[in-house]
This record gives sequence, structure tokens and C-alpha cells, in this order.
Amino acid sequence: MQERLKELQQEAIQKIEQSQSLKELNDIRVAYLGKKGPITEVLRGMGKLSAEERPIMGALANEVREAIATVLEAKQKELEEAAVLEKLASESIDVTLPGRPVKVGNHHPLTRIIEEIEDLFIGMGYQVAEGPEVEQDYYNFEALNLPKGHPARDMQDSFYITDEILLRTHTSPVQARTMEKNQGKGPIKIICPGKVYRRDNDDATHSHQFMQIEGLVVGENIRMSDLHGTLEIFAKKMFGEDREIRLRPSFFPFTEPSVEMDISCMICGGHGCNVCKKTGWIEILGAGMVHPNVLEMAGYDSKKYTGFAFGMGPERIAMLKYGVDDIRHFYTNDVRFLKQFSKHE
Amino acid sequence: MFVSYKWLQDYVDLSGVSASELAEKITKSGIEVEGVDVLNEGITGVVVGHVVERVQHPNADKLSKCQVDIGQGEPVQIICGAPNVAQGQKVAVATVGAVLPGNFKIKRAKLRGEESNGMICSLTELGIEAKVVAKEYSEGIFVFPQDAEVGTDAIALLNRNDEVLELGLTPNRADCLSMLGVAYEVAAILGKDVKLPEIDQQPVNEKATDYITVKVDANEDNPLYAAKVIKNVKIGPSPLWMQTRLMSAGIRPHNNVVDITNYILLEYGQPLHAFDYDRLGSKEILVRRAHDGEKFTTLDDVERTLTSDHLVITNGTEPIALAGVMGGANSEVTSDTTTVLLEAAYFTGGTVRKASKDHGLRSEASARFEKGVDPNRVRAAGERAAYLMAKYAGGEVLEGASEVDTLTVEPAVVSITLEKINNVIGTNMTVAEVEAIFERLQFAVTSEDENITVTAPTRRGDIKIEEDLIEEVARLYGYDNIPKTLPIGSATPGKLSDYQEKRRIVRQYLEGAGLFQAVTYSLTSEEKAAQFALEKRDFIRLAMPMSEDRSILRLSIMPQLLEVLKYNSARQNDSLAVYETGAVFLANGNEVLPEEREHLAGAITGLWHSHSWQGEKKAVDFYVLKGILEGLFAKLGLTESVTYVQAKVDNMHPGRTAEIHLNGERIGFVGQVHPTMQKELDLKDTYVFELSLKAILEEATAPLRYLGIPRFPSITRDIALVVDKETVAGVLKDIIQTAGGKLLKEVNVFDLYEGERMEEGKKSIAYSLKYMDPERTLTDEEVTKVHTQVLEALKNQAGAVLRG
Repeated sequence: MQERLKELQQEAIQKIEQSQSLKELNDIRVAYLGKKGPITEVLRGMGKLSAEERPIMGALANEVREAIATVLEAKQKELEEAAVLEKLASESIDVTLPGRPVKVGNHHPLTRIIEEIEDLFIGMGYQVAEGPEVEQDYYNFEALNLPKGHPARDMQDSFYITDEILLRTHTSPVQARTMEKNQGKGPIKIICPGKVYRRDNDDATHSHQFMQIEGLVVGENIRMSDLHGTLEIFAKKMFGEDREIRLRPSFFPFTEPSVEMDISCMICGGHGCNVCKKTGWIEILGAGMVHPNVLEMAGYDSKKYTGFAFGMGPERIAMLKYGVDDIRHFYTNDVRFLKQFSKHE
Repeated sequence: MFVSYKWLQDYVDLSGVSASELAEKITKSGIEVEGVDVLNEGITGVVVGHVVERVQHPNADKLSKCQVDIGQGEPVQIICGAPNVAQGQKVAVATVGAVLPGNFKIKRAKLRGEESNGMICSLTELGIEAKVVAKEYSEGIFVFPQDAEVGTDAIALLNRNDEVLELGLTPNRADCLSMLGVAYEVAAILGKDVKLPEIDQQPVNEKATDYITVKVDANEDNPLYAAKVIKNVKIGPSPLWMQTRLMSAGIRPHNNVVDITNYILLEYGQPLHAFDYDRLGSKEILVRRAHDGEKFTTLDDVERTLTSDHLVITNGTEPIALAGVMGGANSEVTSDTTTVLLEAAYFTGGTVRKASKDHGLRSEASARFEKGVDPNRVRAAGERAAYLMAKYAGGEVLEGASEVDTLTVEPAVVSITLEKINNVIGTNMTVAEVEAIFERLQFAVTSEDENITVTAPTRRGDIKIEEDLIEEVARLYGYDNIPKTLPIGSATPGKLSDYQEKRRIVRQYLEGAGLFQAVTYSLTSEEKAAQFALEKRDFIRLAMPMSEDRSILRLSIMPQLLEVLKYNSARQNDSLAVYETGAVFLANGNEVLPEEREHLAGAITGLWHSHSWQGEKKAVDFYVLKGILEGLFAKLGLTESVTYVQAKVDNMHPGRTAEIHLNGERIGFVGQVHPTMQKELDLKDTYVFELSLKAILEEATAPLRYLGIPRFPSITRDIALVVDKETVAGVLKDIIQTAGGKLLKEVNVFDLYEGERMEEGKKSIAYSLKYMDPERTLTDEEVTKVHTQVLEALKNQAGAVLRG
């Protein structure tokens, strides 16, 4: 009996090791370890044994059982793993095929520029002020020191609706309105983006509708040096820390003194190229100290208050920053143009 | 203003400062030099030649065979095509090996069998703009005066070895519309003196007042009128140096008298006019406003109808000039003129601007009057012109001038404290430093303690107030030398308004949903202005539009957005999603500003998504767009406030369009563009929406509150209902929600069937209802009770029965 058990153990282990599939293995389990299996059968015959032999044989039978079961389990695990590997192998895909595209749009490049400028100045304590695109002559011109008949306000350059109402030619009326609303009190720190309109034929560098963004600071003791410092921060944050700025005197009816700011050319780094017309400098914005007439008309005591203002064109900035060569692209909305402005810089 | 570098040296010592260095200095201290034109760039080998012989080319009617002495021994043979070439002329010859503008190299050639060794040049071939070439040379070669020396550099003789600075003048610096004005500016920058032009009059013993009387009936428009008389002039060409200076400044030479008036215009900034004294028809000048409807022919031979806004110079009765703008054909100087009446006058800017604008006559003269001439330079300019006419036209200048003078010339005196200057600029200058700056500008300056008083010369009419002085100080101090500081004072919060913040969220959401932001024009055509408008209002029309297409302010964004789709579809991008935010303009009558309402519009067309190799493809439809809107309203916390109502909207598909209501008020629409319009625009199926962004952004929403995560399970019951085809899902949902009460948490449609297996006129719509109590686990009985109520309500209110 003892030998029979040893024989069975050997036989079973051999079969297990030779088995190729989980099913085959299960058959072996049933055949050897099942209720009708040979080991059970051996155990049934134990009744014929003596009381001394019985526990010994019983222990041996269990030993054999366990030995078979251990090998069987190991084999089962091995076969299962093989099965998983086989399944995985059959599931392999071409990872170089393109994925399912996520549909996503993006900001218009002008919005992108405007928001960037807004955020920069918000960080310096400015608020964003907006105003109407259809304006009264008073706010568009008169309140900005451009009385009727002033040479700098040519009827031919503006879209009038009536004698007193026109499409604003700049965002400066928002300055006048904001100052008026503040009733002669400071401080004011605003940035005013928006659409403006001029009588220009649309071509590569002109558009009858375009964007402007202006800034205004009014307070006690605002100095030209504050404008200088503010513009330098703007230029460096907007166009790169290695940009230099240059201020030139200029003329605007609503500022005195007036300033134009150039930045060192971002294309050639100031050595001279086609973009900067070999000068190394690119004109970016106009600015100046708020004209006392403008302050007084809005109800500010120009003896007590001073201020600075600056204004620029998002189209021009976008054209320089991204290398856009035709202003009309901004208003044609060709998707092949628009989608190029999705990348974060 | 074009400023010749060589000419400028008549007035200021420019030694040691090249033209380009000068340009840089001028730019940095206030006047932008827009360009420096090197006149002889790319030209070599052009000399003065003498046409010794000219005969007809044997084989060509239009060519001449010339023997030209170019100062190199034997004359060379040159074939010339110019009609005006003649024997005896001194001409500009591009010799063999010469280079002309455009890298045009002159080679030995054979023209119709005859050898040609060079080219006789016209001025345009030498790089001079055709519009400044004198008429007599415009069709042919240029002819030098006989004293030109053979073999010398023709380019130098034409004063082309010069550089021209193009000044971009701002309106306040009209003083630099003259060489003298530029000279003062440059002298201040360089710290040099100004040398004034020569006036050395030897008048004959006759008085101008014996020849002419002057009367002005419009002193406000014309406070000063001086008439000088120069007799015995001989009309002929002006000296070559004067012609070349005029050409460099962009003015075409005519004859000596006219050229001299133009030369003085450039030199002094004072426009002058020369009349033929003998053609006046009287001995009287009367300046007056024109009569309404009065006719006058200007010297460009155009008959003009005048109004009482226009100032005219008359001979006492008939107009002979439109003041400050253009002279008359009837009194123009001709080659027969012997006595010249020279007008030196001060016309006010407004008068001249009105006339030049009304008649479309913008000239060098009118531009200067419009911007204001120096009242102290009017007479001097007249005297200098008379002197030049004596010198270069052989004239005799009569003594004095016949004048009307009511002009009060008071130089501006402005006082300022040193403290103010330093406070505004942000510097620490001393009185001495500030005084030195004004002295450089040749402004009279005095100071007492720290009070500085400046008298600005009349040529600088732009200096009026303290700030003007601050600017002069700042610009000559150097803007770049101003320190860099930041504003000090009380802190201000930098923040977007709620509205602005929400608008950014809307943009980000729509872009995340796949739409590109577009920006289109606010001005549109009459046809498009009314399309898709949410409110019908009167058109807001431009008084003077540039074209019909851009004549009216938009009432809706949609037409422009559809244009964007059309443009892209025509360029192989027929699957596209775009949106725009922007104002539409609602008229409130003529006298007040329109209401500007910010709208949001979106449009999707073609395929919504496609992933070709996986065979996925989905065209846009109503529910794609509605889903985007629902997500947007959810983002803004407006889900409960918004409803969709089936509606008819012009140019939209009658069965696939809904109005969008916010708290019951119509704020927009969503749907398919009418197939007829889609076809017109050549678009695939296109779904669009437009709504009042203002309405949704200004709608107050509840603050965000955390509601906890449900701890108890929910129970879901699905129902399939059979209803009339016309019954809309929204109504059924409302019934379900009302009847379901607070235990009903979600209602979702999961199936819709309208096929043939349904009874005629019926459809099946299936809902999934989710019940839950946040406080405890619901029992089946409780749910059944509520669910039965729902079914009852559906049956009673919508005739809906459960599908068997």
C-alpha cells in the first residue's frame, strides 16, 4: 500500500509536469485527488490495516496528496501566467497610429495679446476699464484737448454718424469717462482695451477697424520717471527681459510732454534687420504726461494731480511678436491662421 | 518735410556730424526722422557732355546719332532716343562703365547698326522722381546751362551728392516745415548758432504803394497782407542750384519767379504768391469772403464754385486767388510777365483748411497756413523773395510794400518753477541747467530764485503753457536720461470685474469645447445688418461710409460669422467651429448714443468629429450645439434659468430652431441655418446660436455651496412612454420632475423611437428616473409610490402611456 501511494505520487507528478493546458491539469486533479481517485481508493482500503499501521498510512496518504497538490498548484500558476501572456500578445496594438483628436479651439491672437497685457497690469494694481465704441464727439475729441477745428482731428479720418456722434477713433475716451466718473479724485490706475475705427482703406498695414489698449495713471505726484519705469517693466515682461527701451519725444494733443517708445528689435537683437528697417529699434507705443487741459476738463485740479497715459496697438504687437505680415489676417479669421495661436509660449 | 543735408549747412555748421548721425540726434530729441535718402546711391560715371553734332540715325526715325564731347579727347558717338536732344546742348552722359539706379550698367552697344558709347540721361534715369522733373524735360533728356563744364561730375552739378532727411512732423511742430525752423532745432540740439539768409535790397526809386492799394474786408481771416512790386523781371529758368534744391524737397521747378516763391516757402515756411501785375485788371487788391455761388477758375484750369466760407483775393471785383490755397488762371505769371505783384500774407489756419478741404486742394502752401505760419516771418519772406527776384530774374524791387496789418504779435511768456519741472519729470536739475536748455533753443529766459520765465519766439507757436516748457526741457535733457521709477502712493487693487472674469470663462469654455475665437468687423451692409437681429431697430448708418459693405453698424454678429464659415469652406476647411463675442448696436434715436449690447455667437458646420482610421465620423447637429450651450449655462450656474422654446427665426430652419429664454425672457436663438441660406453660402449643414452675453453675464447666480456626497444608494426606474408625435421632451420632463418631487434626483432620456413599429402619429420616448433620499436608504415601496404618481401625471397631463 505504501508503495502504491509512492507510485501514485510519482505518476501524478510526472503527468502534471507534462500537462500543457489548464484543462489537462484539471483532469489530472480530478483523476488523482478527486473522490473517485486512486488515493481516495487507497484510503478506503485502510480498514484492513492494523491499528498501528493506520495512522502511519493515513499520514503518508496525506503527504502524497499534499505533494501532488503543491506541484499541481505550481503548474497551474505557470500555465495561467503563460495563458495571460498569450492573451496579451494577441492583444498588442500599433502604438504609432494617431490618437483620437480632442477638439479644442483657442483665443484669437488679438485676445491673447490683450489678455496678456491686461494680466501684466492687473498685477501692478490696474483695473480693466471699458467704454462704448460709438462715442460722443466730446469724449472722443473735446475732452482730450482736441477742440472742434483742431488740425489733429480731421473729419476725413473718422466715421461720423451725426455731427456729434462717431465711432471712437481711439480708446482714450474711456480715460476721459473714467476720470469724470472719479469726480476729481485719485488715484486712478486703469488699462482700457477695445475696438476702434478710422477711415482707412484696408490693406496689409491698415484696417478700418482695429484694437487699441491704453493705460492711465492719475494721482498726486505722478512723474515722467514713473512712466519710464512702468514702460520698461511692460516692455521686458511682454517682449523679453533682454529688451531695451528708448523714449523719444513726440506729440499727442492729450499729453504734454509726449513720448514714443521703441524697443530693441526682438528679431535681430538690435543689430539691424528688415523688421526694424536696419535701425535696431521698433516703435511700440505712444505715451506722455496727461495734458493739464484734459485733467481740468475731467474735473481734476492740475496743480495737485498729474498723470501719465500710454497707448498701443495689439495688432502691431501681434505682428511683431508672431511675425504676422498682413493686418487683414486678424479679421479674415482663416482657421489656418487662427489655429496657429494655440500654443502656450 | 524733406531736408537737404547740404542746404541745411547754409544756416547751421554741421561739421563733424554726418547726415545719419544728425538724423539720430534729431529723432532722439523730438522729431522723428523717418528716413535718410542718399540721393546718389548706386550712381557712378555720369559726366557733363557737350553735344557737338546731332544727326538723324540712318536706320531709325526716332533715334539721333550724336557726337558728344565728354572731356576725354575725341567726342564719342552716342545714339539717343530723346526727342529734345539737339546740337550744342550740355547734357548728362552715362559713360561706358557707368552705373545708374537699379544697378543698370552702361555698356558699349550697337543700336540699329550704329555704335553707341554711353547714354544721354533724363533726370528720371538719374533717380529723380518724375513728378518733380520740370515739364520741359519730362519727356526727354535734361539740359544743363551752357556754363556747365564738360567732363565734370554731372551728379555733383545736379546736387545729387547729398542726403535728404525725411522728417515726420507732428502737428505741433509746424515750425519745422521750413529750413530755418529745422536750423533752429538742429542748432539747439548741437549747441550751435543759426545763420540767417541774406537780404540785400537795393530798391529803385518808386514806391509799391504807387502801383497797388490793398484793402482787407476780412481782417479776422487775413490780419496781414503785404504786396510788393517787382518790375522788369525776365521770366526764365531759375539757377540750377535752386532747381535742384526744389527737386530734393519734392517740388517741381517751373520758372525763376515761381521757383523763388517756392524756395522761400521751403526756406521760411511762408507761402507766397506771385501775380502778373499787368493781368490784374486794376491797381487794387481787395481781400474778402467770396459770395455764395461765386465762380472762379484756379490756375489748374478748374472752375470752382465758392461760398462765403472761402476767402478770396480780388482785383476789387473779380477773384484772382483762393487765399492761401491756389492762384487764378487769370493772373498767373507767364513767360511774358514783366511786372510781378508779390503777396506775402498771413491767412488763418481755419480759413485755409476749409477752402483746401472743400475744393480738394491740398498743397505745400495750404498745409503751412493750416498749421500756422510764424507771423514775424511774413514780411521777411517777402523781402527775401523780392531780393532773389532781383538777383535771379533781373527784376527791380519797388520800395516798401502796400500793406494792411491788423496782426498783433505777442510772443508767449510762460513762467514755471524749478520744483514743478523736477516734480513732473522726476529729475534733480538746477536752474542753471534749465536756463542753458532754453538758451540753446534761443528762447529768452530770466530767473529769480527758482522761478524761471521764458519768452518763446513766435516761430514756436506751440509753446503756450508750463507743460510745453517741461517738454522742451525734458527732450533736450534727453528722455533716456530720465530716471526709471514706479508710481508711489496708496495701493490700488488690480482685478477684473465679475463681468470681465465671466467673459473670460465663457471664452475658455467655448475654446475647450472646440470653438475658435473669431473677431470680425462691426460695420456691415444694409442687407446683412438686419439678418438674425434679436431686436429690430433703426439702422445706425455712417454719414460718409467708405463703401456700402461697411456702412451700417451690426445688429447681430451672425452674418459675419457665417462669412467666416464661407471663407474657410471655400478653402477646404468645411468642418469648422467658431465663436465671437462683441458688441451689437441698437439705435436709441439720432441724438443719443446707441445701446451697445455684448453678444455671443457661435457657428459649427460640417463634421463635428472624425477619426478616420477607426471609422468614426459625426456630422454637427442641433444637439451637439445645444450640448455646448447647456454646458456653458451650467458653468455659469444658469441651468435652471434657461429654457428652449421651439420657434421660427428668419433665415433659420423652421423646424430646427429654438429661442433661448432666460427666466422666461428671450435672449437668443439656437438652430440650423435655413437650407436655402446654407446653399447660398455654399455651406454644409450649419448650426448656429447667438445670444445676449450681457444678459447671461449680468444674471445674478447663487453662491457656490458644497452639498455633500450622497451616502445612501439611489434607485433607478426606466420607463418607455408612447406619446403623440407633437409632444416635446421638455414638457414630459417638466411633468416628471414636478410629480417626482424632491426624491427624484435625475431624469434622463435614453431612447427615442419614431419608426414604423409605432402607431400612426405616435412616438416612443424612454426615460431613466433616479430616486434618492440624502438622509436614508429608500425602500422599494416608497419609490413605487412616487413613481406611480409620476406615471399618473404623465398619463393625465400628456396622455402618455407605458409602452407595452
